[in-house]
Amino acid sequence: MQNKITVENLNAWFGAKQVLHNIDIGIAKNMITAIIGPSGCGKSTFIRCLNRMHEVVPKAKASGKVLVDDTDIYDSDIDPVDIRRRIGMVFQKPNPFPTMSIRDNVVAGLKLSGIKNKKTLDTISEESLKKAALWDEVKNDLNKSGVSLSGGQQQRLCIARALAVEPEIILFDEPCSALDPISTSKIEDLMLELKEKYTIVIVTHNMQQAARVSDYTAFFLYGKLIEFGETDQIFKKPKEKSTEDYIVGRFG
Amino acid sequence: MIWNKRKIIDRVMSILTAACVAIAIIPLLSILYTVTINGISAVNIDFLTQIPKPVGEAGGGLGNAIQGTFIVVGIACLIGLPVGILAGVYLCEYGQNKFGRFVSFVADVLTGTPSIVAGMFGYTFIVLYFGSFSAIAGGVALSVLMIPIVTRTTEESLRLVPGSIKEASLALGIPKWKTTLYIVLGTARSGIITGALLSIARISGETAPLLFTSFGNMFWANGLDKPISTMPVQIYTYAITPFPDWHAKAWAGALVLIILILILNIGVRFVTRRKYGV
Amino acid sequence: MNKIKYSIFGRSKLSGDFIFEALVGLFALGVIVLAFLLFRELFIESQLSRNTFGLGFLTTSTWNPVNEVFGALPFIFGTIVSSFLALLIAVPFSLGIAIFLSELAPEKLRTPLSFIIELLAAVPSVIIGLWGIFILAPFIRDYLAPPLSTYLGFLPLFQGPMYGLSMLTGGVILAIMIIPITSSISREVIMTVPTHQREAALALGATGWETTRIAVLPYARSGIFGAVILGFGRAIGETMAVTMVIGNSPRISASLFSPSYTMASVIANEFTEATSKLYISSLIEIGFLLLVISFIINIAARILVWKLLKVEGGGVT
Repeated sequence: MQNKITVENLNAWFGAKQVLHNIDIGIAKNMITAIIGPSGCGKSTFIRCLNRMHEVVPKAKASGKVLVDDTDIYDSDIDPVDIRRRIGMVFQKPNPFPTMSIRDNVVAGLKLSGIKNKKTLDTISEESLKKAALWDEVKNDLNKSGVSLSGGQQQRLCIARALAVEPEIILFDEPCSALDPISTSKIEDLMLELKEKYTIVIVTHNMQQAARVSDYTAFFLYGKLIEFGETDQIFKKPKEKSTEDYIVGRFG
Repeated sequence: MIWNKRKIIDRVMSILTAACVAIAIIPLLSILYTVTINGISAVNIDFLTQIPKPVGEAGGGLGNAIQGTFIVVGIACLIGLPVGILAGVYLCEYGQNKFGRFVSFVADVLTGTPSIVAGMFGYTFIVLYFGSFSAIAGGVALSVLMIPIVTRTTEESLRLVPGSIKEASLALGIPKWKTTLYIVLGTARSGIITGALLSIARISGETAPLLFTSFGNMFWANGLDKPISTMPVQIYTYAITPFPDWHAKAWAGALVLIILILILNIGVRFVTRRKYGV
Repeated sequence: MNKIKYSIFGRSKLSGDFIFEALVGLFALGVIVLAFLLFRELFIESQLSRNTFGLGFLTTSTWNPVNEVFGALPFIFGTIVSSFLALLIAVPFSLGIAIFLSELAPEKLRTPLSFIIELLAAVPSVIIGLWGIFILAPFIRDYLAPPLSTYLGFLPLFQGPMYGLSMLTGGVILAIMIIPITSSISREVIMTVPTHQREAALALGATGWETTRIAVLPYARSGIFGAVILGFGRAIGETMAVTMVIGNSPRISASLFSPSYTMASVIANEFTEATSKLYISSLIEIGFLLLVISFIINIAARILVWKLLKVEGGGVT
C-alpha cells in the first residue's frame, strides 16, 4: 500500500493544554481512513492538523511532521493557503455561504483565486455538482440560495464546493452527524465513489459508519492513537483492550 | 386576602409601566402630527426646487438646502463609511489584542461626542485652515459623528457571521484577507448596510455641527469650498425668526426632512431584509 | 504535482494578508487619531482663554462680550440643572418603559413598541426644537406652570413669571429626547438577566411584578445606572432643541420658570457672531469642557453597562 499522508510525531495544543500526543500514522492513497474515538479524544483536532486548519483557532498550535507526497506541510516556507487547496475539508455542520447562490457556492474557491471566465466556471460547477451527486436535484435552481436546500443537500453542496478546487485529499469531519439516515447513506455512497480519485479521511462518532465505509480505522483516546489497522481487524479482532471496550460500547 | 393584594399590585404595576410607554409615545405622535398639519400646505414642487426668497415675498423654497444636505452628507459618507467600515473590519478580524480593545473602547466613547463639539472641530480643523466656511468643513464635522457609529455597527455585524463560514472559506484555500473581504463582509453586508443607512439618517438631521462649518447660503451650491445651505440649518434659521411665513417654511422643511429620515429608518428594515435569510 | 505553481501563488497571498491587515489597522488607528485630534484642536484653540481667565473661568458668572470678561458659570449651571431636571423626569419613565417592554408586556407588542420609542430618537433635534417652541412651550406655560405655582409656589423653584421659554421647558424637552436611549439600554440590560433568575422567583409563586422586583432589578442595577448616566451624557451635549426653548439668558436663578442658557446653546448662538480672538477662545474652552465631561460620563457609563452586556456577548463558536 502506498501512503498519501505520513504523520510523524504530531503534537497539538490549545493554549497550554496538549490535545494530541506523538501521533504517527500513514494514510493510504485512494482509500478511506476512518478516525473513531469518544468525544474529546482529539480526533477532530487530528484531522484539522492535516490541512493546517487547527492553527486557525486562536492560541492553537501544532508540532511534528505531516508529509503529503513527501512535502512536509508544516515546513516553514509552505503557505497554509496552498495546503488547503490541495486538501479539501467538509465540516460537521453544512456551511454553505449564506449570501451566495448554489452555483456561486460551488465555484467560490475558484472565483476568489482569480478565475473569471463564466464558461469555465459553469463547466466546473456542473462537473462538481455531478461528482457530488447533487446535479440532478439542483440543475434547475442554480441561482437559488445555497441555504434554501435541505441539510443533506447542503452537505453535498459543500462537498461539491470542496471538489471544485480539485484537491487530492478530502477530509470529512463528522459530515453526517447533523443529517437524517437517508441523507447519511447518500453521503456514504458518495464517499465510496470518490475514493476512486481522492484520498479520504473521515472522523466519525458513528462506529457503524466507520465499519461501512472505511478501509482503515484508527482509534483515538485521550489524544493518543491507540490502535490503527484494517477496518475489519479493528472491529472484529481489536488488539487493545480499550479499543474493544469502545467498540462494544462500554464507554463513550 | 394576601393573594388578592399581590395580584392587585401586579396589575397596578403592569398598568403603570404601560402608561409610561403610552406617555412616551405622545410627544412623537404630537411632533408627527403638528409637522404634518403645519407643513403639508407649503410643500409643493416650487418649495422643493426653488431657492429662498427674501422675507415678505411669496414663494421660494428649500431646493438649495435639499441639494446642500445631499452634498454635505455625501462628503461625510465619503470620509466616514470607508474609515468606519474598515476600522470595524479590523476590530472584528484582527482586533483580539490590547490595541483592538482600546480602539473599540475609544470608538464607543466617541459615540458620545456632543454634536456641537464636532462642529467646533470642523471649524478649528478645516474652516480656520482654509479661511472660509465650506461644504467640506460640514462634511468633516458630520463624519466625526458618523465614524464611531459605523465602526461599532460594522464590528457587531461581522461578529454575527458564524465561524463555520470563515472556516469553510479558509479550508478552500482562500487566503484570510480574501475570506474577510469577500466571504465575511459579503455575509454581513445587510447588517453593515443597515448600520450605514441608520448613521446617514442620524447625521442628515444634525444641525449643530453645521452651524459654523457649512454655515448657510441663500443660493444654489457654488463649490465645495464655499458655504452651503442645508435643510436642518435652514429650518433652524426660519424657526427662530419672528416672521410667520418663515415659520410656515420651517414646518414645511421639517416635514420634508422628517419624511426623508423616517423613510431611511423604516425603509432599511424592509429593503435590506436579507435576500437569503441567514 | 503542481507544487511550483502553488508556491508562487503562496508568496503573493501571504503578502496580501499582511497588506490587508496593515490597511485596516491603519483605519482603526484613524479612530484613535480622531479622538486625539478632537482634544488637541479644542485644547490648543482654547489656550488664550485659559491663560487669560485660568480656573476663574469656571466660577465667574459674568459673560460680557463688550468688556471681554468671560465666565462660564451660568452655562455650567444651566447645563447641569437642565440635565438633572431631564433625568428626574426621564428616569422613572424609562424604567417603566424598560420593565414593561422586557417583562410585563405581551410578547407580540414588545418589538413594535420599542421600535416606536426608538423612532423618537431618530427625529432631528431641530425639529423637536421647532415643536418645542410652538407646541411644548405654550403648553407648559398655560397648563403646567399655573398649577405648579399655585400648589408649589412656596418653593423658590416655581416662583416668578413664566413666559414659556424657560429652564423647565428645556428640562422637559431634554427628558423627551433622552427617554429613547435610557429606556432602550435599560431594556437591553434587563434582558441579559438570566432566565434561571426569573424562574427561581416564579417557582416561589411570585407574580410578574414581584419577579421583576426581587429577581430582575437587583441583578440589572448597575447596568441601569449606566444607562441613566449615558442619558445624562446625552442631555449635557444636546444642543439645538434646548437652545430653541430654554430662553438663552445667562443668569443663575433658583426658579425653573426663568430663562437659562446651557454650554452647548451659548456655542450654537454666539460662535458665528464672536468677533474677538478671546471671545472665540472662551467659547472653544466651553466646548472643550463639554467634550471632557461627556467623555468622562461615557467612559463611566460604558464600564457599568459593559460588565453586563460583554459577558453575554463574548461567546465564540
